[in-house]
Amino acid sequence: MKPIFTITEGMLPVSTSYCPGCTHGISHRIVMECLDEAGKLGEAIGVAPIGCSVVSHQFMNVDMLESAHGRAPAVATGIRRVHPDKVIFTYQGDGDLASIGMSEIIHAANRGETFTTFFINNAIYGMTGGQMAPTTLVGQKSTTSPDGRDPGAVGMPMRMSELIASLDGAVYVERVALDTPAHVRQAKKAVAAALEIQEKRLGFTFVEFLSTCPTNWGLTPANALKFVEEKLIPYYPLGVFKTPERKEEAV
Amino acid sequence: MAKFTLQFRMEYCKGCELCVASCPKHILAIGDEIGAKGYRTVTATDMELCIGCRSCALMCPDNVIEIYTEGD
Amino acid sequence: MTDKVLMKGNEAFAETAIRAGCGYYFGYPITPQSEIPEYMARELDRRGGAFLQAESELGAVNMAYGAGAAGGSVFISSSSPGIALMQEGLSFLCCAGVPATVLNVSRCGPGIGGIQPGQADYFQATRGGGNGDYHVFVFAPDRLQEAVDLIYEAPLIADRYRNPVMILADGMLGQMMEPIVLPEQRPLIKPADIPAYKPWTVTGKADRGGKRNVVQSLYMQPEDLSRHVEEMYANYTRAEKELARYEADGLEGAEIVFVAFGTTARLCRETIELLGDRGVKAGLIRPVSLWPFPYRAFDEVGPDTKAVVSVELSMGQMMEDVKIGVNGRKPVRLIHRVGGLVPTSVEVMDEAIAILEGI
Repeated sequence: MKPIFTITEGMLPVSTSYCPGCTHGISHRIVMECLDEAGKLGEAIGVAPIGCSVVSHQFMNVDMLESAHGRAPAVATGIRRVHPDKVIFTYQGDGDLASIGMSEIIHAANRGETFTTFFINNAIYGMTGGQMAPTTLVGQKSTTSPDGRDPGAVGMPMRMSELIASLDGAVYVERVALDTPAHVRQAKKAVAAALEIQEKRLGFTFVEFLSTCPTNWGLTPANALKFVEEKLIPYYPLGVFKTPERKEEAV
Repeated sequence: MAKFTLQFRMEYCKGCELCVASCPKHILAIGDEIGAKGYRTVTATDMELCIGCRSCALMCPDNVIEIYTEGD
Repeated sequence: MTDKVLMKGNEAFAETAIRAGCGYYFGYPITPQSEIPEYMARELDRRGGAFLQAESELGAVNMAYGAGAAGGSVFISSSSPGIALMQEGLSFLCCAGVPATVLNVSRCGPGIGGIQPGQADYFQATRGGGNGDYHVFVFAPDRLQEAVDLIYEAPLIADRYRNPVMILADGMLGQMMEPIVLPEQRPLIKPADIPAYKPWTVTGKADRGGKRNVVQSLYMQPEDLSRHVEEMYANYTRAEKELARYEADGLEGAEIVFVAFGTTARLCRETIELLGDRGVKAGLIRPVSLWPFPYRAFDEVGPDTKAVVSVELSMGQMMEDVKIGVNGRKPVRLIHRVGGLVPTSVEVMDEAIAILEGI
């Protein structure tokens, strides 16, 4: 028997704490597969955020540290100063990165820090129980926008990839989705590309994953995938916003 | 004899059905078996139809599915 | 090396931190310590380290956390309101066991306060301004040479206990010039040497043959967090025995004993001479470590002492520790100024005499 799909040793042999159908597990696996295939699991240092994935270090089989809410890019910046030769990444959700950590991510990107940020955008705060995120869609209900997000009161959902891509320090920015097998394949290509560019130390690399939160969206896992396709992708278009070769084409 | 074999690491299955939803041949289903996590777990109904597309494994958030094919 | 040099306080602090082997500095401009990031910007990279101006003090302390967790010897500095922003990080550093050397060139508060010297960060430094049960080790020099010596020692203490060490120097020390002897340059640690020197750090698991390291401060199980905090406090109990430091002068036969740290201790020494000229014998207890506080110093206060007087540029913060140390054996009084005012030695003398007359 020949294996055509096996679980990477980058994922520890434990059950994750994520809800059934949460796509955190997919993005975890993709990141670890890419590090594994590049032979870099032993060289990697990951920074976990605050949010559901604060415990991602219990599942990702690499050296990791926890960071305070939103500060992962500052923490990774510090690590890079000490270890110019390692693979460094942050893994952050939308509340962590786009709300409380906006200052840290923007300045790290603008400096062209040579680590990779994996941004999990599921348009809601998961761990604290479904509150409105900076990326919550207009009209989307959450426990702190019970009548739906009102842009007149709280502004429009923030498109982080476009924002990051506008900074000169960012050299690779791509938004992918985890709603279909084809999109998952593309997501893995994006992660591999970002890590490859990190190896060249050209600047900041950023991959945004449109992800799900079936529990707090109040949808079945399968219907949550449809929500990504029908609601998230139209507002958050998929694609490559920046590459080292196409810096001038930034949004 | 089926061309592909799915190996389920049932102790991780949460019965979320993302594999079921993504299978183009509709040969996956949530069965009656209760797994270690207390969820009903996935089962394959007709492996003869499996085309080894990996969609189920790609969409599984819990590292349940490994896929093998005949030969070496 | 015995370079005897005349240096401004802030520049001496920065130079000493480099010589102490602190290869990583993350800073943000704030008066009265902006000469420190400026000095680091000029010096650190060309001497093999790395300087970075952070986007904020929050950024700076979290960069220090990352660099420290990755095995670098880190130095950060700020002044009172900036140190307030760093409290989130200090709680993290303590809980996660990440060493760092932190310098507060303090000014007066609360709020924006003023940029004149102050000592009202005593509670912030010794009680912890962040969340949870933790302590930062705090040392308060009263002259530049002592500040240099403490900054040079701080990374060793921080590494030994895996806990941040704070040097609390008021703005006066940062801005004054005094002749000092700078210590020898300690080698900056190379990345390849980190795993052997600090085996707990995150450097990539290949450095440990695949054994994974995680630096964390989250413990979801109450039993686990309880055990971790108890372990932290076993470390702190050891520090209380090993790190409590003070100077005591003229306690024997003293009618009045001043307690002062930092630059107010200098003032008290002048006052003690003035009082001596008037036939009043006065002594001084100068805590060098503010946490752990040297409570045992007060066992030396003798039967002739009528009052113990805390002299502070605050509304009487250290006085709480003085009261614990005195433990009801003597009256404890306060001589203080706030807002950036500093009393003269004559003013302190007059107030001390009034205290003695009132007892």
